[in-house]
Amino acid sequence: MAVPTVESPRSGRVSPGYSRTRSSRGNFEMGAWLFMRLSGVVLVVMIFVHLWTSLVAGDGISQVDFGFVAGKWASPIWQVWDLAMLWLAMLHGTNGVRTIINDYAEKNSTRMWLKGVLYTATVVIILLGTLVIFTFDPCPVIDGVAHVASYCPTA
Amino acid sequence: MPKTPAGTLYRGREGQWSWVAHRITGVVIFFFLLVHVLDTSLVRVSPEAYDAVIAAYKNPLMGLGELGLVGAIVFHAYNGLRVIAVDFWKKGPRYHRQMLWGVVGLWALTMLAFSIRHLSVVFGGH
Repeated sequence: MAVPTVESPRSGRVSPGYSRTRSSRGNFEMGAWLFMRLSGVVLVVMIFVHLWTSLVAGDGISQVDFGFVAGKWASPIWQVWDLAMLWLAMLHGTNGVRTIINDYAEKNSTRMWLKGVLYTATVVIILLGTLVIFTFDPCPVIDGVAHVASYCPTA
Repeated sequence: MPKTPAGTLYRGREGQWSWVAHRITGVVIFFFLLVHVLDTSLVRVSPEAYDAVIAAYKNPLMGLGELGLVGAIVFHAYNGLRVIAVDFWKKGPRYHRQMLWGVVGLWALTMLAFSIRHLSVVFGGH
């Protein structure tokens, strides 16, 4: 007679009656765990290059001004770079803070409120950053006054 | 009085301290990211508004703050790669402590090089 075996709890082969958690949450937490690792690897590369171009190369931080940003975003490569970095970093950071809130806020209502504030901030910052990248104007005309720069057409 | 159990899972060694440091640096970086998107958004207000706020990043006190921020980012990056190695590399859990010393060593080297570069820009005329 075969010896009955008991599957490991995490094997996914436990019969539903013995499952400790309802499966309604699906694999969200596993997806979040995996996302942290995948986005993490990409972010290390993207942010190191970002720090290199703005703080190390050229004249370091003293070179950063409106013209520096205009020069960068004149290239679609840097636009896509910054857009991807914005989305990945915000989602990575939001999930990290979500984990911390879940760990330390013991009351249900406190957790709900903190996460509400967090998700609101996340949506606002991601939308704002995305809009700024896509609507950036290197030669803006403000109150009828055109911005003067070597790369701008003279009126 | 019940005695504290001798064998608990966490006893404040390298694994737990690196976890604490990863959390703290993560939160610091996240809050800076929120501010950084807001300050960059000033390019849509006016070139003058952006330049005025970015000028604040160039004073010596903020220069030291940037050093701290980069220190947090570099630690979070290297330690994050270590976490990935612990999770996905077969021998990762066995060498997690050695990898932490690797993280600390690489962090020190990176920060030494970056400090020389960044502080000479912030304090000298570069």
